[in-house]
Amino acid sequence: MSDLIWVYAEVVEERISTTTLEMLTKAAELGAAEAVLLGPAPDNAVATLGEYGARKVYRSADSVFADYLTAPAADAVAALIEKHKPAVMLFASSYAGRDLAAALSARFDSGAIADVGDFILKDGSVEATIPALGGSYQNTSTLVSPGTKLLLVRPKSFEPAQRPQTPQVEEVPAPASAEAKRIRVTQRVTVKPEGPQLEGSNVVVSGGRGLKAPEHFEMLKQLAELLGGAVGATRAVVDAGWVPYSMQVGQTGKTVKPNIYIACGISGAVQHLAGMKASKTIISINKDPEAPIFKFSDLGIVGDVFQVLPQLLEELKKRKGK
Amino acid sequence: MNIIVCAKVIPASSVIIELDPAAKTMVRKGVPHELDPAAASALEEALRLTEKQGGTVTVLTMGIADAVIGIRSALAMGAHSAIHVLDDAVAGSDTLGTAKILAAVIKKENPDLVLCASESSDSYSGIVAGQLAWLLGIPALTFAKEIAVDGKKVTIKRQSLTGYDVCESELPALIAVASGINEPRYPQLKGIMAAKKKEIKKYTAADLGLGADQVGAAGAKEKVLSIGRPPARAAGKIVNDEGEGGKQIADFLAELKVI
Ligand SMILES: Cc1cc2nc3c(=O)[nH]c(=O)nc-3n(C[C@H](O)[C@H](O)[C@H](O)COP(=O)(O)OP(=O)(O)OC[C@H]3O[C@@H](n4cnc5c(N)ncnc54)[C@H](O)[C@@H]3O)c2cc1C
Ligand SMILES: Nc1ncnc2c1ncn2[C@@H]1O[C@H](COP(=O)(O)O)[C@@H](O)[C@H]1O
Repeated sequence: MSDLIWVYAEVVEERISTTTLEMLTKAAELGAAEAVLLGPAPDNAVATLGEYGARKVYRSADSVFADYLTAPAADAVAALIEKHKPAVMLFASSYAGRDLAAALSARFDSGAIADVGDFILKDGSVEATIPALGGSYQNTSTLVSPGTKLLLVRPKSFEPAQRPQTPQVEEVPAPASAEAKRIRVTQRVTVKPEGPQLEGSNVVVSGGRGLKAPEHFEMLKQLAELLGGAVGATRAVVDAGWVPYSMQVGQTGKTVKPNIYIACGISGAVQHLAGMKASKTIISINKDPEAPIFKFSDLGIVGDVFQVLPQLLEELKKRKGK
Repeated sequence: MNIIVCAKVIPASSVIIELDPAAKTMVRKGVPHELDPAAASALEEALRLTEKQGGTVTVLTMGIADAVIGIRSALAMGAHSAIHVLDDAVAGSDTLGTAKILAAVIKKENPDLVLCASESSDSYSGIVAGQLAWLLGIPALTFAKEIAVDGKKVTIKRQSLTGYDVCESELPALIAVASGINEPRYPQLKGIMAAKKKEIKKYTAADLGLGADQVGAAGAKEKVLSIGRPPARAAGKIVNDEGEGGKQIADFLAELKVI
């Protein structure tokens, strides 16, 4: 019998999240993939999970899962795990995913492995690869506790691939205890990001503190436009309030894996690298020849962004006949 | 309101982290340490809350003897007292082991509010806070970008992928702050002097009633099998800008058929 591997499915912006599909793909590759989907979701959500290999979906559309943080989902998932005993359960390293895996790992006294970049099943447990400290070193870890192995998976660790199934659907009872309703979500606020979004962009042009002031991000917007890409940023400039958090690339921001990543005035701190190191081609501009970003660059220009970028923009406009 | 801030003390950010492949850990002994900047943000929130509403702030650190330097900076920032879990038996604890130790201390102290950083800056598993809250049986409000406490009610703005969620709960609770929530204050001379006189209570695992099978490397559910450097990326071309840097990038993009 193949190993039962569960994926905790999340909905982001009205769609099953990309990380969910990445994890499902991996689960279906290694064993029998099943998904748990709790709370409101779009009509085609179950079908989407099936397309990416889920042969069964545990489902509740109850709003308790959206109205209260963590506990309702933790109770429901704990009951499901006790009943079906999957070998492994995968969670995205997202806000909800981390809270849920944390609660379950304490509840089952099982521990959990965080920040997993890859894993295999081995000797009745898992062997997970963790690209620690932004990939500057790499661990392999296992869980020695009995029972379901809980893993938190980094986004963009696996390539999503379709493996169509018509999933069987099992209704999940929604917890109703007062105990499960201790953290109420009273409002969800969307901060509307402008311009093309980082996720799924083929080209990402990012800026750091070397750009000196928020208005200089205009150059990056132009560059991104010319290349059909999106603009990203480091946490340093997000924390400084130059650009919104939705643009942050890195360990505590978005993980991107574009064909081309252009880093402008970015030092290449491990936490930034964590979010972009897997890009296919990395180009960087930095005036410090010792900047760590150069160690990860396919082309590095040691120079001033205020010289190099305007020339690049000129050149691109010329070549595109604009 | 009495607050405990769980603050990790970590190898200073200026230090290149060395690995000990035999012990399968980062080298912590003998390198300069500092208060985790993420923990400093949690402490800053705690200080602001007690400055407004009264109460005390206790910092809680599990760490090696060198961690004292970070505990002192927390005291110099304004924490009233500190607790240091210092014991060779806790070395090598995994996330859950760490949470158990912190929980054992916190149960003794019985605070109204526990503050953590959502992620520590050196290991950033981002799950210790959630595990700790579960062990304490209190709600975990994580990834907080803004905190308000009104009587027994706590409200946070919680970071989301698309903006933020407003969440509320009742004390006692645990709040884990998101990075960038504030600009932590620098210790002033007066604070640094005062810190020297503040108490640092010390506990061992045994003091906390925790057996060796529950904590440290022996009690860890997560076992590190190996630790090493990932394969290096092939070296790229690094050129000095001699006035042609922009053109060189454009040529490279053309080669890659992006333009
Ligand atoms: C827990 C934790 C999580 C974090 N998460 C993230 C994250 O998700 N994403 C992230 O990005 N960071 C993150 N960080 C922060 C990270 O450690 C760095 O502080 C940050 O990435 C630095 O941003 P920067 O490169 O813009 O700034 P700096 O490190 O200050 O670098 C600026 C660079 O610009 C160059 N420069 C200056 N002027 C010019 C010029 N005129 N022309 C060309 N180059 C110039 C300088 O040489 C320098 O290399 C995190 C930190 C912690 C502790
Ligand atoms: N050794 C420790 N001592 C005190 N607090 C800790 C320790 N380890 C983790 N924490 C707390 O748990 C948070 C999350 O840590 P982590 O799960 O490692 O990202 C930290 O920011 C601290 O608030």
